[in-house]
Amino acid sequence: MKKEEVPQDDKNLTEGKFRDLCYAVDENGNYVQVLSSGWEPKNIVIMQAWENVNELAEKARTDFKNGKVSPLVFHMERCQMDLKLLSAYTGFSKGKIKEHFSPAEFQKLTTSELEIYADAFGIKPEEINNV
Amino acid sequence: MHLVSNLKKLITYNLSIISKFEHIQSAHCENGASAVLFHNQGVHISEPMIFGIGSGLFFAHMPFMKLNGMPVTGFRPLPGMIFTRAANKLGIKMKKVRFRNPEKAMEALDKNLELGIPTGCVVGVFHLTYFPAPYRVHFNAHNLVVFGKSGNDYLISDPIMGEFTTLSRKDLMRVRFAQGTAPPRGKMYWPVHIPQEIDLKKAIIGGIKKTCYDMQSIPLKYFGIKGIRFLASEIRKWPKRMEARKAAQYLGQVVRMQEEIGTGGAGFRFIYAAFLQECAGIFNDNRFRELSTQMTEAGDMWREFAVEAARLCKNREGQGVTYDSVSEMLMKIADKEEEVIRKLKDLIKTL
Repeated sequence: MKKEEVPQDDKNLTEGKFRDLCYAVDENGNYVQVLSSGWEPKNIVIMQAWENVNELAEKARTDFKNGKVSPLVFHMERCQMDLKLLSAYTGFSKGKIKEHFSPAEFQKLTTSELEIYADAFGIKPEEINNV
Repeated sequence: MHLVSNLKKLITYNLSIISKFEHIQSAHCENGASAVLFHNQGVHISEPMIFGIGSGLFFAHMPFMKLNGMPVTGFRPLPGMIFTRAANKLGIKMKKVRFRNPEKAMEALDKNLELGIPTGCVVGVFHLTYFPAPYRVHFNAHNLVVFGKSGNDYLISDPIMGEFTTLSRKDLMRVRFAQGTAPPRGKMYWPVHIPQEIDLKKAIIGGIKKTCYDMQSIPLKYFGIKGIRFLASEIRKWPKRMEARKAAQYLGQVVRMQEEIGTGGAGFRFIYAAFLQECAGIFNDNRFRELSTQMTEAGDMWREFAVEAARLCKNREGQGVTYDSVSEMLMKIADKEEEVIRKLKDLIKTL
């Protein structure tokens, strides 16, 4: 890859927080470091991966709005977690978490249980119902 | 620009400028954390050199190991190995510790910082607050260096960032104890002994030998050059084995592993080419330079593969791009790398 070929396909995937450091050759064939704000093929596959996550989250959102599941499912999907990972982060057993997926059981959660879920999802307890 | 901004931050955090820690951005976190730790101990070795000595060039396609439910494709050895191998070959002794208890892990880190010891930490990036959202996935082999503390803020030299950043105690504890595949368990590491003299040539030759072995001689189809051919044969099967959308996801994961996780481009091939170029200078031997050029060509072929593969992911088959055609590209890449590695092995025999 030549210095001038280092791509700058900025799709704001890094939110301006950093640029990828790449190695490319200059006019003399010597390797130099060049910062890249993004590359189209990479952007495509990253966005593709997130599309899948978003689809699962959307389904969970619809199920929540239809009263089928509690908001926990949406947050779990949004956070790319499965039962095993959510169990590891909360300390609740997978069986218990599954119970909490039912809207009725979810209503019975204590404040501290809600806090534990919120912490795992990286949000405040009051935000759990924001689906 | 970075220097001025870092300086301003240091003043804000009330640290002595004379005893300042130097942050360096790198392509890859493991190389970068090693480079920064060694650098701040007076051992100035570039990222490509650490990568080469640490035998970082590799390939593995492992259907038996899953990430996001899909096979893992690796372009480098297991996390931690580059760093361990590089330190060993350079004669640098490292202390590594893991913890069961997050509080104890933070206490140990605090103790190091009080003694002025910058410390490498393995973290999961999901809860890494300064990372952009699209990058916050359940990846637990990220490396960063904590080099100071100011009130509740820990000063972080994250190798992939342009400047140093900060994390609160709560956030640092959380990322050090991230859950999921290969949890870090608070792992931290730092150099405890730097030798008076380092035999760089010997370290380089040892590193290259290991790379040649890894790429040529592991007797399993998943690894090295055989691994590239194995992936090529798998790719042909994906559209037959599963529905189009899933096959595209599988292919997308290969490209992400090649380009997303800070490889410096082309699955670390460019970094390795930069390493070979440095060797040309160290050994005063132009044969290294020639091989560097060929490794760059291999890297360019990987980049072309990524372009075609991404096109396939987006548009499915059409416009001349098919699973068979990208598979064919991989076979050519395997041939190319096989040739470079063979010549490299022959070269070091003569040194």
